Amino acid sequence: MAAPTTPPPAQLPPALADAVRDDASLRRFLHGLPGVDQVGVEQRAAGLGTRSIKKASKMWAIDTAISMVDLTTLEGADTPGKVRSLAAKARRPDPDHPDVPRVAAVCVYPDMVGTAVEELRGTDIDIASVATAFPSGRSSLKVKLEDTAYAVDAGATEIDMVIDRGAFLSGRYGQVFDEIAQVKHACGDAHLKVILETGELATYDNVRRASWLALLAGGDFIKTSTGKVSPAATLPVTHVMLQAVRDWHTQTGELRGVKPAGGIRTTKDAIKYLVAVHEVAGPQWLTPTLFRFGASTLLNDLLMQRRTQLAGHYSGPDYVTVD
Amino acid sequence: MSENRIAVTKTYKLYIGGAFPRSESGRSYPVVDHKGAFLANAAQGSRKDARDAVAAARKAFPGWSGATAYNRGQVLFRVAEVLEGRREQFAAEVAAGEGVAAKKAQALVDAAIDRWVWYAGWTDKVATVLGASNPVAGPYFSFSVPEPTGVVAVLAPQQSSLLGLISAVAPVIATGNTAVVVTSQDRPLPAVTLAEVLATSDVPGGVVNVLTGRTAEIAPWLASHADVNALDLTGAPESTRADLERAAAGTVKRVLRARPAEDFTREPDLARLRAFLETKTVWHPIGV
Repeated sequence: MAAPTTPPPAQLPPALADAVRDDASLRRFLHGLPGVDQVGVEQRAAGLGTRSIKKASKMWAIDTAISMVDLTTLEGADTPGKVRSLAAKARRPDPDHPDVPRVAAVCVYPDMVGTAVEELRGTDIDIASVATAFPSGRSSLKVKLEDTAYAVDAGATEIDMVIDRGAFLSGRYGQVFDEIAQVKHACGDAHLKVILETGELATYDNVRRASWLALLAGGDFIKTSTGKVSPAATLPVTHVMLQAVRDWHTQTGELRGVKPAGGIRTTKDAIKYLVAVHEVAGPQWLTPTLFRFGASTLLNDLLMQRRTQLAGHYSGPDYVTVD
Repeated sequence: MSENRIAVTKTYKLYIGGAFPRSESGRSYPVVDHKGAFLANAAQGSRKDARDAVAAARKAFPGWSGATAYNRGQVLFRVAEVLEGRREQFAAEVAAGEGVAAKKAQALVDAAIDRWVWYAGWTDKVATVLGASNPVAGPYFSFSVPEPTGVVAVLAPQQSSLLGLISAVAPVIATGNTAVVVTSQDRPLPAVTLAEVLATSDVPGGVVNVLTGRTAEIAPWLASHADVNALDLTGAPESTRADLERAAAGTVKRVLRARPAEDFTREPDLARLRAFLETKTVWHPIGV
């Protein structure tokens, strides 16, 4: 971490400013973070998951969850046509019910950003693009920065970068820090979401360290997974990350976001996450600017459940658009 | 040792998606024999169990309807083989529930297994009998084939707990539909045993889902469910039939009306096979 090209976020409290001074102090800081009580966090996640949300609260939760969705398509087979239909769905998720809120963003590969920009012009839906050699992150820094610049130039307003898990797991924290800081710089005004790929980090302690590393380096959001690795997002992992942004807020006064992605397919799951956000981070995180769902099929289930709430009978996949 | 042995009593559960869960609601209800003596506690299915069962049936539909008719026939015949091995258990349950003599119960079980085999034989013949090549005035080869309609909600007969149940379920799955079955409310035990048979034969999970509980409670949710394609009203309480049919009309379901005092010991006909089939007609250009 010799002479980072970008300065760390301004006005960090002394303890945190000290942590990013050099490689050794960064390592000392990350390894000095308290360990995660695995049994405790899993039990708490499971316990909060049993909370029953009914009627008006459920309706509110469904609408809030819809407004938090980053509608995602990250397939090798993506075509402009598919991105256009995804954008149409993002603008108006349920054509039969115009009062359904629009989603927060669409998330595509960099080469599809142009198509998404065209389709979403005039709306306030953000355009997120994955970058930095997604999903593995195995390329040179130069390529990663180019990738980021390519997406930003095409009009992406949010960048989802992946960290170099190889570097992180072998303890080269400084390298990961530099990469995030430089990508953040390359993002300009675009928001940066840092994908930790928790499925490859092996322990909750590592998740906590990676979360703090990403926050220190300037990530606006920390995101669980690419969706290409199993396990993707889980409730306990999200708990650990929510604790990190809450503690970051306590120490610096800044609000950073969390985005679980991958494997969240049902309304029930989504509501469990909202409960976790409320209980672990706090009610002020219950907004699309600070919490997102990375998902594609989740939206269909949210829409079906919403219809069930309104119509009084169960809906089916024949009645929502399949994307 | 044997006189001190404590028998292992069975927990009667639902059958959804190839698994045996308890009711999501946590409820159960006592099942009594024809004299009112306690037999067992059965799971009392809720609307959410019905919803889960429909989701499981929908998931199983592409695989089951896409299997070749011959393959479906083999699988159903395999079910009959396993049924055969459980004759004694079925006979005991039928005798207790329906209050018939042991010999009569045995005859009902045999008739039920034969009924299953009869429908198993129809899987690869139904297209020949109900399909057609149509003479048309044009350069086309026009042909019609029957296709399964989708997820069928079966309200199983209330009186005939095994023969009636099998007469209702077998034709539904023989043609490639998947089924959500609400068992006889007061005589659910043979249906639970049938679920065990299905789970241990080659029927894919989700093709048949068995819900025990109050028919009048579960039926309206199935009738109005937008992802159910057809409804068999055989076991619906008389007073609820009109409402169920009205609810089913909301999403244009096929409805098989209950026949008054249907006698399941009589030779079956094609009516139940035909009830849950769609006819697809193809006009194929020729001579070009």
